[in-house]
Amino acid sequence: MRVKVNAEKCEGHNRCCALAPELFDVDDYGTATALNDGDVPAELEAKAKLAVENCPEFAIEYVRDSAEEQAK
Amino acid sequence: MTKTPPVDDWTTDFDIFDESYVKDPVPVWNELREKCPIAHTDRWDGSWLPTSYEDMQAFVRMVPALSSRDPLVVSASREEEEFDPILDEYGNSAPPITSDPPDHIPMRRLILPLFTPRAVEPYRPFAEQLCHDLIDGFIGRGACDAAMDYAVHIPAKTIAHVIGVDSGRSDEFVGWVRGLLEEGMTDPAKRIKYRGIIRQFFGELVDARKANPRDDLISRLLAQEINGQPIARKAVVGICNLLLVAGIDTTWSSISSALWHFSTHPEDRRRLANEADLFPSAIEEMLRFYSPVTMAREVTAEIHTGDVTFMPGDKVLLNFPAANHDPNVFEDADTVILDRARNRHIAFGIGSHRCAGSNLARMEMDVALRIWFERIPEFELTDPDAVTWAGGQVRGPRHLPFRFPV
Ligand code: SF4
Repeated sequence: MRVKVNAEKCEGHNRCCALAPELFDVDDYGTATALNDGDVPAELEAKAKLAVENCPEFAIEYVRDSAEEQAK
Repeated sequence: MTKTPPVDDWTTDFDIFDESYVKDPVPVWNELREKCPIAHTDRWDGSWLPTSYEDMQAFVRMVPALSSRDPLVVSASREEEEFDPILDEYGNSAPPITSDPPDHIPMRRLILPLFTPRAVEPYRPFAEQLCHDLIDGFIGRGACDAAMDYAVHIPAKTIAHVIGVDSGRSDEFVGWVRGLLEEGMTDPAKRIKYRGIIRQFFGELVDARKANPRDDLISRLLAQEINGQPIARKAVVGICNLLLVAGIDTTWSSISSALWHFSTHPEDRRRLANEADLFPSAIEEMLRFYSPVTMAREVTAEIHTGDVTFMPGDKVLLNFPAANHDPNVFEDADTVILDRARNRHIAFGIGSHRCAGSNLARMEMDVALRIWFERIPEFELTDPDAVTWAGGQVRGPRHLPFRFPV
């Protein structure tokens, strides 16, 4: 699983970092970024989903992993 | 509380200062969501009250057709404004809450770095010590007014500490902010009086820091620039005013609402007392269920939405509290669920005006509730009739008589 923060939508509510500090960080202006290129290890998938479902700006998206796609 | 004529029809004549609405607005929202869903009133010079989550998500993004320049429901009349000497000297803006593009983002970027999660964490020990000291003051009595003896002091003294002003004067600050926001909300003359007091206080402080910079927030603001220009004195005074005004009533309301909830819902109280892991989700749920703040926007260009048309000069209320009870978005919306996992609430607003102090407010709530539960895990309301609520644009309990085992 891979996630991405849409910087245009993110307004720095910081819910993602609070729920999944392993996966997200915010900068000085409150804009979030997904850590490790958005890569979500299997054991953190539930946390990533929580972050997606709690973002008040609908700013976190799942990204289709192209390598994964190709393998299919 | 302001006495208002009774409301017969909430869809055409609503009043957010109505006593029953202030006490419990949930039934009104549910009725409106089914019937309109955007209500109108001619009261207070006319405004619109949307109730759905979807509308709030859309309206915050209609900038600048829905302008932030006057975010209060009851505006002061032009005549009243004209006789205010403070206006010339300090202006009436409170950036960035009152700003629109193109000023808004640069103004906002001045204060955002002061309130990131990392920036507010160093204030935690101050808040913790404060909560312990407050509880020390009444724990031996087995009783207190949780709103007046506890909750109010936490944001008031913390924000004073953050701004770098004497937190010993916090009772005075609370008086000013209540004069401005609570009593002044429906009484512009009173609002103008307290606006003057607050702006004068910060005006003098800003001048003092300009002459002799210190290692504090005001000096740091004064040292910043926008587009290579130093920030105008008026704007710095406006920002300081905003930090004080926006940081007190709101967080006080949230902490008091949470304590009110747990004092009247013993199962939830016992659950939280026994499961410390629940604090983060419980706090978000309190923020959702008892969202204190309703902001207003001023219409600057005709907007057609659903069956209604907003005309220039109308006010549109950003009813975040009602959006957070929308059953289309929240399962069992009118029930408190302490471990609610999906909680996309918008208590701090959304869009480019998201509350800049949200991380500080969350830290204060976390400290206030954890320390309260650690020291006073069992407590109850002594007299439900003695509870009073402030309402309108900032809603929360102002008196909470509690008792607890000594
Ligand atoms: S929760 Fe959403 S809006 Fe908030 S910081 Fe994360 S991505 Fe940005």
